[in-house]
Amino acid sequence: MQLVEGTDSSIRRFLKQLPGVDQVGAESRAAMLGTRSIKTASKKWAIDCAISMIDLTTLEGSDTDGKVKALCTKAVHPDPTDPTVPSVGAICVYNDKVATARKHLDAIGGQSIPVAAVSTAFPSGRASLEVKKQDTLDALNSGATEIDMVIDRGAFLSGDLVKVFTEIVYIKELCGDRAHLKVILETGELVTLDNVRKASHLAMAAGADFIKTSTGKISPAATAPVVLVMLEAVRDWYEMTGIRIGVKPAGGIRTTKDAIKQLVLVRETAGEEWLTPKLFRIGASALLNDLLMQRMKLRNGNYAGPNYVTLD
Amino acid sequence: MTFEYSPAPESTAIVDISAQYGLFINGKFVAAKGSKTFNTINPATEKVLSKIAYAQASDVDKAVVAARSAYTKVWSKMAPQERGKYLFRIARIMQERAREFAVLETMDNGKPIRETRDIDVPLAAAHFFYHAGWADKLKYAGAGDNPRPHGVVGQIIPWNFPLLMLAWKVAPALATGNTVVLKPAETTPLTALLFAEVCQQAGLPAGVVNIVTGDGATGSALVNHPDIDKIAFTGSTGVGKGIARAIAGTGKSATLELGGKGANIVFDDSPIDQTVEGIVSGIFFNQGHVCCAGSRLLVQENVHDELIEKLKRRISQIRVGDPLDKNTDLGAINSAAQLARIKEISSSGDAEGAHRWSPECTLPEKGFWYPPTIFTGVTQANRIAQEEIFGPVLSVLTFRTPQEAIDKANNTPYGLSAGVWTEKGSRILWAAKQLKAGVIWANTFNKFDPASPFGGYKESGWGREGGRHGLAAYLKGGEK
Repeated sequence: MQLVEGTDSSIRRFLKQLPGVDQVGAESRAAMLGTRSIKTASKKWAIDCAISMIDLTTLEGSDTDGKVKALCTKAVHPDPTDPTVPSVGAICVYNDKVATARKHLDAIGGQSIPVAAVSTAFPSGRASLEVKKQDTLDALNSGATEIDMVIDRGAFLSGDLVKVFTEIVYIKELCGDRAHLKVILETGELVTLDNVRKASHLAMAAGADFIKTSTGKISPAATAPVVLVMLEAVRDWYEMTGIRIGVKPAGGIRTTKDAIKQLVLVRETAGEEWLTPKLFRIGASALLNDLLMQRMKLRNGNYAGPNYVTLD
Repeated sequence: MTFEYSPAPESTAIVDISAQYGLFINGKFVAAKGSKTFNTINPATEKVLSKIAYAQASDVDKAVVAARSAYTKVWSKMAPQERGKYLFRIARIMQERAREFAVLETMDNGKPIRETRDIDVPLAAAHFFYHAGWADKLKYAGAGDNPRPHGVVGQIIPWNFPLLMLAWKVAPALATGNTVVLKPAETTPLTALLFAEVCQQAGLPAGVVNIVTGDGATGSALVNHPDIDKIAFTGSTGVGKGIARAIAGTGKSATLELGGKGANIVFDDSPIDQTVEGIVSGIFFNQGHVCCAGSRLLVQENVHDELIEKLKRRISQIRVGDPLDKNTDLGAINSAAQLARIKEISSSGDAEGAHRWSPECTLPEKGFWYPPTIFTGVTQANRIAQEEIFGPVLSVLTFRTPQEAIDKANNTPYGLSAGVWTEKGSRILWAAKQLKAGVIWANTFNKFDPASPFGGYKESGWGREGGRHGLAAYLKGGEK
């Protein structure tokens, strides 16, 4: 469904009819949902659900093949002592580590785990369109089936919405049927919730399969009000088009409590239909071990130390 | 598999409810003169919580005598900063015992623990902190150079916010140097009696706060007692009018916080998701047992359908049930009598042609429950647009122009609260000037703060509570 043509006036008209976001109200709604108390059976369900939604991520200058392989091993069997722990949602790396990740996952029984590559001059997005396209092509040709691109925040803030829109359209074209496109808004640089709502709709109109909060390199990242507004955006988009777009908060989600709060936000904003790795992912690295420790606690009744979960 | 929230009940182990309670007079719990008692029940289960002493006129007299004596001999002579210290101490103890107060309030009243824990109890403590600071600064309260207390104040509070209304009454009265005889509502006396324990724990001088439990006759004895200097009442407009008649010509002064039929006005440029939240908290906060509830929703006609659709979706998510469950949004109706009243007025909405809608929800078998309900297609001429329902029932009306919204909002005998939802700042200021309501919220609803005066126009009451204006009601100014 073509809601927006790529012209400046069309994009502006489309974004202008969106309702505003009252920041105080959105913050208080997010805070209220943060008080939900998730216990016993629902906690157990939520922990496994969260594990299966993790995009297990390493995005460091110091990443090596060894580091990436270790992460892949963990992705397939997060807890080697307990085969009932689900695999994570995906592995997320820079494009030059995609081949390593894919090969290793395939070799250890992780064929079903997709490899996501950050792309388009991640994290800043400050490069020419040609470079961004090549960046994406490299990742696709190495076997990435998910592309996490960044939008041009400078263009968005200066009002060059056509540039933001067409870049997404181009990258989406490259992805074609080969890969899912996640569009990173970097909400910490967009700052206002009105901008978050506008950028969410802009990305969806340009062809995003997922909208993602942050690169993880900028703080604040996936705050509850930001995720709330993005969930409202995908809910409204579904009502307009009948198409469900995914949401991926990334950055700053470190504890089981944080993750469960995210799931509560999903349940009470977009709805239960979004509680699947197909429509909700959590970009994280340290989170997985905390989820595993909480899972052990539910199973054994006591907290194990950090040496009872693996460090990768 | 779905993400159903498992039960998360707050433990009741923290509260210690006595099998029966006496009256709190002159710093001690004492037996009432008569042997009559009444039960207070948990409206969510109908189980009896405790047996409460019934104060008749002679008990009220004893309490007033104690309050007068404490006023004359101790409280009026105490240095203001010393009075402040007691208030600070009470506030701190309330914070320390916050969980106990929250659980007890939820059990006795039926409201969700999330609200007592996050709103009622913290706000009650905040009122004591706020007024503690005023105790030695009353010269700057705007009541003249020589502000003086009235003396003995009779205070009658309702069942919808038992502890919070106690704080609204007791904190300013004590800060300004008055002593108090307080009558809590018949269905919700327990947190007031726990507050009496807090007064003991704080070492408050005997007789400064006295608490007499009973019904309307007890309240009437308090109002008509000749040695009461001032009455502070929160409750229905009917009873408020009776009080005004009773004290006419006696020299007693009064503040009255009465009913309301608040208009929540939604313009077509409102931030719609937050507006929906505000409508929900405006009418379903505390089961709609709120005098300033946004019980009349006035929606600009061109966004009516979209807004109602979103509102229905949101209301479908309201979690109705066990008030002690930490995830409950809507608790029990406070009493069988109130439930009957809600049912009676609501059924008039059906009879008069408005369209009723409630989400599917299973209500517990025991206890008093009413589902969240909205009526669309309501007009000003309907009873549900005019009368205060005091329950989780919203009447939706439409308007075409800003002026029509204001005219309809003001077209009520009440004037307590109103809400305005628009992204246009100038329209907020314009509307606030036109609206005849004591509290006007812009892009929010049901927000309270001890520094902010609260009170009504017209049949919603006399005087203000909270802030500097609220202090003035407890002070006489001018020359000595």
